[in-house]
Amino acid sequence: MAEMGSAATRVEVTLKKATGPGDDKVHTWPNLVRAEFLCTLFVMIFLLLWSLLVDAPLEEPADPGRTPNPSKAPWYFLGLQEILVFFDPWHAGVVAPTFIIMGLMVIPYIDINPKGNGYYTFQERKYEIITFIFGFHVLWISTIIIGTFVRGPGWNWFWPWEVWDAHLVEALTNQDLPYLVGIRDYWTAAVFGLSLIIGFFVLGTAAMYWWVVWLKGREFMQRWGAARFFLTSFLTLNMIAVVIKMLLRHILNVKYILVTPWINV
Amino acid sequence: MSSQFDELKRQVMESQVWQSIFRHGYEDTPRNRILMVSGNVWLHLHPSKVRKHATRLRFTWCMGGITFLMYLVTVVTGVYLMFYYRPVAEYAYADIKYLEFDMPFGMLMRNMHRWAAHGMVIAVWLHMFRVFMTGSYKPPREFNWVVGVLLLVLTLLLSFTGYLLPWDQLAIWAVSVGSNMGRATPLLGYEGPFNEVLGVNPIYDARAFLFGGGEIGAHTLLRFYILHCIFIPLVTSLFLAVHFWRIRRDGFSGPAL
Repeated sequence: MAEMGSAATRVEVTLKKATGPGDDKVHTWPNLVRAEFLCTLFVMIFLLLWSLLVDAPLEEPADPGRTPNPSKAPWYFLGLQEILVFFDPWHAGVVAPTFIIMGLMVIPYIDINPKGNGYYTFQERKYEIITFIFGFHVLWISTIIIGTFVRGPGWNWFWPWEVWDAHLVEALTNQDLPYLVGIRDYWTAAVFGLSLIIGFFVLGTAAMYWWVVWLKGREFMQRWGAARFFLTSFLTLNMIAVVIKMLLRHILNVKYILVTPWINV
Repeated sequence: MSSQFDELKRQVMESQVWQSIFRHGYEDTPRNRILMVSGNVWLHLHPSKVRKHATRLRFTWCMGGITFLMYLVTVVTGVYLMFYYRPVAEYAYADIKYLEFDMPFGMLMRNMHRWAAHGMVIAVWLHMFRVFMTGSYKPPREFNWVVGVLLLVLTLLLSFTGYLLPWDQLAIWAVSVGSNMGRATPLLGYEGPFNEVLGVNPIYDARAFLFGGGEIGAHTLLRFYILHCIFIPLVTSLFLAVHFWRIRRDGFSGPAL
């Protein structure tokens, strides 16, 4: 990509001498500017052709009295709309996006691995990459794909080859986890749900602590520090919790784990 | 004949006017290559020399640049659309129809605006993925990653506020579904947990603040229009300046020499 004709090669040799050994710098003009120009050209041609061939959607005029079924958010928010199946709106629509944004922001501060700075490597930062791909691609993108392509009327699950049946009757067989395990008393159920959630985070944090110590040693844990460790384990456990809740719902029809008059989880 | 042409060319290029505009020659010399970048306000976003790997597509994917390009496309086509569009519930939908069928290149401009907006969301995601995979957020570039996350959020907000403007069924219901989350905000939404603490109600809560009223309506259209065309682009431009400036100061990330 960066090679020019013989003139450029000649210049490069003199540059290397002038800037000392080990410096691999090249002139921005033409090396980088040309790559950017070609990129711009290709993207603009693609965008222009696409815009000539595919029209932007425009449906009938807005009518606040007639709700379409399904009503879908813009596609990039359908991941969040999809997890509304598993969590209440305050959780899926407010707390989860906040955690996603904050979680993305703290990445540079919780990752203290000095390796892999400025080049592609999997071996030198396996766990960082696996965690990121799990959160970013598996959780975020897959829920967007589900929300976009397999959710139909009533937010029911329709495979792309199935016809959307607006009158499909889905049996509401959801039950809360305390009820499922046989608890009928209101307060016992709340205490049971709360201890499950607290237990998950406490045991999860402990398990993560021992795992990191076993993997990296105590010296690393001290360097990493309490703030980074707790932040990392809290965010990781939240990501895992989303998967657990999805599985509980899809396999056992569990709606809530914790039921109280104020919040349900 | 050709000598006369050469003489004319020499006279023009040595004239005071020409030399006041173009301050250096075009011959391929190291000096001119550097002046080409450092003497040009737009190219000056770049340093005059960069490390070799940073010019390669397989390293950068060019996704940051493509995101910025999509932003510029939406700005240019957006100005064109603004000439023909009134953010008033009675007119908005009809204006889009006029734009599509009566205005020269109206349909094309609207299509380019919409697809570039989607393209920007995809490109900013891929850019973030690339920056993660090359570990380019590592010191000293930590804070620029944070600025990048803010720019991702602003990109989504730009796209989301623009979604309402055609004022069709797709627009109001997609925005309703998205904004309805506001009423579930803990403490600040009237359907959220602990809403009774602050005494919020349907016409005075987080979603009403976003909508400019209790329900989605004409007031929401004006509010989203101003957010979409003025407020968020301004904020985005400010953060873009910070983002680019920090790349310029820290240099492109790369393996140690």
